Amino acid sequence: MKNISAIFGKQLKDTFKNKTILIQFLMFPVLAVIMERSISIEGMPEHFFMNLFAVMYCGMAPLTCMGAILSEEKEKNTLRVLMMSGVKPIEYLIGVGSYLWIICMLGACVFCWTGKYTGKTAAAFLLIMAAGILVSMLIGAAIGTWSRSQMMATSIVVPVMMVFSFLPMLSIFNESIERVARITYSQQLHVLLNSVEQLEISGENCVVILANGILAILLFWFAYRKAGLA
Amino acid sequence: MEYIIELFKLTQSFQEKEVLKGIDLKVEQGEIIGLLGPSGAGKTTMIKILTGQLHPTSGSAKLLGKDTCKLNQEIYKRIGMMLDNFGLYERLTVYDNLLLFARLYELPKERIPKVLQQVGLAEARKRVVSKLSKGMRGRLALARAVLHEPDILFLDEPTTGLDPSTAEEIHQLIRKEQERGATVFLTTHNMAEAEKLCNHVVLLHEGTIVEYGEPEEVCRRYNHQNKLLIRLHNGTNLELANDHTSADAVRNYLEAEELETIHTSEPNLETVFMELTGRGLE
Repeated sequence: MKNISAIFGKQLKDTFKNKTILIQFLMFPVLAVIMERSISIEGMPEHFFMNLFAVMYCGMAPLTCMGAILSEEKEKNTLRVLMMSGVKPIEYLIGVGSYLWIICMLGACVFCWTGKYTGKTAAAFLLIMAAGILVSMLIGAAIGTWSRSQMMATSIVVPVMMVFSFLPMLSIFNESIERVARITYSQQLHVLLNSVEQLEISGENCVVILANGILAILLFWFAYRKAGLA
Repeated sequence: MEYIIELFKLTQSFQEKEVLKGIDLKVEQGEIIGLLGPSGAGKTTMIKILTGQLHPTSGSAKLLGKDTCKLNQEIYKRIGMMLDNFGLYERLTVYDNLLLFARLYELPKERIPKVLQQVGLAEARKRVVSKLSKGMRGRLALARAVLHEPDILFLDEPTTGLDPSTAEEIHQLIRKEQERGATVFLTTHNMAEAEKLCNHVVLLHEGTIVEYGEPEEVCRRYNHQNKLLIRLHNGTNLELANDHTSADAVRNYLEAEELETIHTSEPNLETVFMELTGRGLE
């Protein structure tokens, strides 16, 4: 437990000094607040911008941050030093993962506040965001573990993150894309967030998010077996 | 006799290439042992095996009595390590870098200022690592390695790229660690460093140990010329046989106060390595 809290503390200190990561945490919540408050078009669904940005945030921030943190630690050999200091891989992953999940959930709280959700709706909104953030983190962990350097991680993270972040938006305009996007967790998150006030959850939503999660775990396991952490 | 490090017919291959070829080595507690060899000789591979980062292809390696394939957290807490690229958190301060490891090793915070004082970084405790010079980073990496007073220190090229005065400071710290009772296993291709610091040296070439022993003893072993090198005040350089036949000549130079310097002709480690392998260490 002490190793996990030490890693957590280290990450927390690094947050305000790592501009790349800090921007990821702030960009979409801030954008959502501004757009939601300043733009209102007749016929536009309620919380249109907020839901869209929330999904983009889910698909982008945890994925890129996890990939960046892991690949940077590998490239700069700090992860090896940690392992040589008696930190187990699982302790490191829990330390970084819990930090990232909590920070991202703070962002989710900003979205929730922007939507003025309360009670059960707020709980459902945060639960959906929590699940999405977790799946994104697992994908980011798989990419970060697989990559030997930050550059390699970025070259994989960017297209993957764009697919998951932008598919829900493109689905609004194109039915064919929407049919393909259904198999991604981000599209299912978008569907769920759009109906969060009615608390409508279908089997398809859960199955797709769960399947994406399991696939991400398998990908991570494969990357871990192939490349290891340090 | 209990050994800190024991290697028995250690072999490491990467695909077709054999990087280490049947290495046998034993290291006693409290000594500074230098692993010398050019780039690609297998030095870093040996450190990786000893610290459990690599499993040997064949043979066995023991560290602190434990098979290096089965090192656990208890053993890792008895190891200090300074990697060739230091592995520091660039955005954190000097103090925060050490604080992380103090927490991991369950050390009191009071230990940090003491170690910073030892390595001469007390004034720089609030500075961010990315703003430090290479020498200061080296000292911080060493501070982290010795923070928990380990039984064995692995130092991979600890002074490469450092200016002579910083290198000397690091040498002093290494000697202090030895005085405390730690065993120091260092890799270097700096022969002068090895001659000054090490109790024993291992000359490694293409994955095999080509020579082992105390630095002076190794040099003496290859003193084939056995000559006296004399320089007179008038600038003349002379080579005389290092035996009784030169006694009169040397006495005459001394009596006439003509002698400027006199040395025996044993080779240094660099020359020994050249003789053994036909190549230099750089």
